[in-house]
Amino acid sequence: MIYAGMFYIATLLLVVGLGYKIFDYSRTPAPLKIPTTPAPTTQKGVVYRMAKEVVLFESLFKSNKWIWVFGWLFHMGLFLVLARHLRYFTEPVWFWVGIMQPFGKYASIMMVIGLAGLLARRFLVDRVRYISTPSDYLMLVLLIGIGLSGMLMTFVVHTDIVALKGFFMGLMYLDLQPVPQDPILLAHLAMVALLMVIFPISKLLHAPGVFFSPTRNQADNPREHRHVAAWAARLDQKN
Amino acid sequence: MAAAEFDIPVIKDDIEVPKLREGSMAHAKTFPAAKPVQDSMGYPHELGEDWKERALDKMGDLLGKYRSLKVFMDACVHCGACTDKCHYYLGTSDPKNMPVARQDLMRQVYRRYFTTAGKLFPKLVGAKDLTKEILDDWYSYYYQCSECRRCSVFCPYGIDTAEITMAGREILNHVGMGQKYSNEILSKVHRIGNNLGLPGPALADTLEGLEEDIEADTGVAVKMPLDKKGAEVLLITPSADFFSEPHVESLIGYAKVFHAAGINWTLSTYASEAGNFGLFNGNYESMRKVAMRIRDAALELGVKRIVVGECGHAWRVAYSFWNTLTGIGYGGNDPFSIELQKQLDPTYPQPQHICELTNDLIKSGRIKVDPSANDNLVVTYHDSCNVARASRMGTEPGGQFVIPRELIRSVVNNFRDMADETIGESTFCCGGGGGLLTDDLMEVRVKGALPRATALNNVVKEHQVNFMAMICAICKAQFTKVLPKYGFDMSMVGGVHQLVSKAIKLD
Repeated sequence: MIYAGMFYIATLLLVVGLGYKIFDYSRTPAPLKIPTTPAPTTQKGVVYRMAKEVVLFESLFKSNKWIWVFGWLFHMGLFLVLARHLRYFTEPVWFWVGIMQPFGKYASIMMVIGLAGLLARRFLVDRVRYISTPSDYLMLVLLIGIGLSGMLMTFVVHTDIVALKGFFMGLMYLDLQPVPQDPILLAHLAMVALLMVIFPISKLLHAPGVFFSPTRNQADNPREHRHVAAWAARLDQKN
Repeated sequence: MAAAEFDIPVIKDDIEVPKLREGSMAHAKTFPAAKPVQDSMGYPHELGEDWKERALDKMGDLLGKYRSLKVFMDACVHCGACTDKCHYYLGTSDPKNMPVARQDLMRQVYRRYFTTAGKLFPKLVGAKDLTKEILDDWYSYYYQCSECRRCSVFCPYGIDTAEITMAGREILNHVGMGQKYSNEILSKVHRIGNNLGLPGPALADTLEGLEEDIEADTGVAVKMPLDKKGAEVLLITPSADFFSEPHVESLIGYAKVFHAAGINWTLSTYASEAGNFGLFNGNYESMRKVAMRIRDAALELGVKRIVVGECGHAWRVAYSFWNTLTGIGYGGNDPFSIELQKQLDPTYPQPQHICELTNDLIKSGRIKVDPSANDNLVVTYHDSCNVARASRMGTEPGGQFVIPRELIRSVVNNFRDMADETIGESTFCCGGGGGLLTDDLMEVRVKGALPRATALNNVVKEHQVNFMAMICAICKAQFTKVLPKYGFDMSMVGGVHQLVSKAIKLD
């Protein structure tokens, strides 16, 4: 039952840590209007800009096609893979999750190719090598580890997927079931739990962070709307 | 102590991304502010025993006040997208001039003291204790950033290094490491009303002289009114416009526009400065204090409109921040802002850029121009960083690119843009913005101008461009000084209203 405890703790740390970070970002004021212009002038426009940023990585596309290709392959691959994994947590399996299965299966290849490309850039491009910390490499290695171990179970040595689903459903409904004792699966799960734990204390915070980025989430309307943070409004009263 | 000798970079056919040369600009140190200046700003003038606590306290304070700083410290994934985007990196090859590396100078400290991972595993995540060496790195490299925001365009999370540079400088100020240039200017504007320390009588004298020059030149008595109560328009322009070349040519242009359109306008001695160096230091109170002079002058003179002259960072502060800082704008629902906003004419944007004003007047036929007066010129346009990436003109996003070009095309017949990746939102900074326009940073300024000089050189070769128009006082001062080092004539540099001034028909 080590794995059950591990996942409870990892989930708790992920949810609490991420929840705290999101709370912290949202309570910290943005005292000035600083959208990177040209920027949308309406809130609707901001939603559209943010959607392009999150789904298509628009700024990255403008910036560097190699990083964009690898980054987008990885993230979209990961998204499809995660969607596919919902089948281990739903009973009956949701309709669209069923449809996703074959896509999610092969998306793992996209994901690992993207990660490998990003890792290669860290070694090959002198500018990127200069800024890389050990954790930058290890994060990619961890994700590749998760991807490869998963692919191994999907395409090469299948694991006892029925028992695995039993394990996770048991976790969710507080009816603990044993985890299948398959070394590849155990490694896969341990790496996922580790990723969950480091998520709220690492650069993976770029995921919630992008939504709070004032240069991307502010509307360009400072002449029409007076924007004042609470701590700054106090200065007005002294006049 | 004179700035060290250095080699002027050679202009190549294309803007090239150089290989790293570590430490190649570590020697660049802007002159520190002396005691009287630091005192007047309320900052210490030397490192005290407790500098480390002070620095970390200030950092915590800023992290709590600015969401930008907090999110930007966390969100970077070291993807490298920004590494080849900074003109200072392109010009110097120093890796600490890559935006991400500049940010990491602060991020390493942030991680060590403000994050769990950095407290537990500093080596793993690149976290470092705050040392004097790191502080020196900050002082060196936060004054090799012009806060131009080019990196923020290309960052997938919109991380804006300018926000981090501003915070870094503010922390440095609080431990007693201020910059002479910026802090002297701030203390002058607080004391006298403009960055040059030009007192009221001197300003009146200068304007009279200019009126005489215009009349001698055109035969028309164009006035430059000062402190005129009841004027419709208050013009706020960078003080360099009053006496620097080529800036003054644009001031003459504005005066002719107001004259030709019959607009009752005035300048103010109390608010004789559009520039706001408070922006560069990331000090909200200081920036607000400078901007308040304009609000106070507007209330005092009873003007209905506030128009801003050719100045890049000033337009950022005016367009993006004045409403927030001082209520110059619309939409306020508090007594402080309503007091001013009820006085302003709602049929015009407040504040309005001089290019918006002149372009509207030409398009509506209220003033007449003859573009053939500029037929000796082939003109290109340099988008100033703060106008391009931190403001807007007109009602549509991107108006800040369209309106100045429309205006130029209406007053000249020969116009050629520089390469797409060097204009518009991707424009390269002149290399002298953000508080770097000082001789003690000449090497940084010259090298930082390399990408712009390269783009300019290409249109000079291909299209015989002989004039680069711009709407920024800092760009003008920087280019007239730096472009000659690349072999260009300084008379190539001038304002958009310098062109208007030539083409406008006065009756």
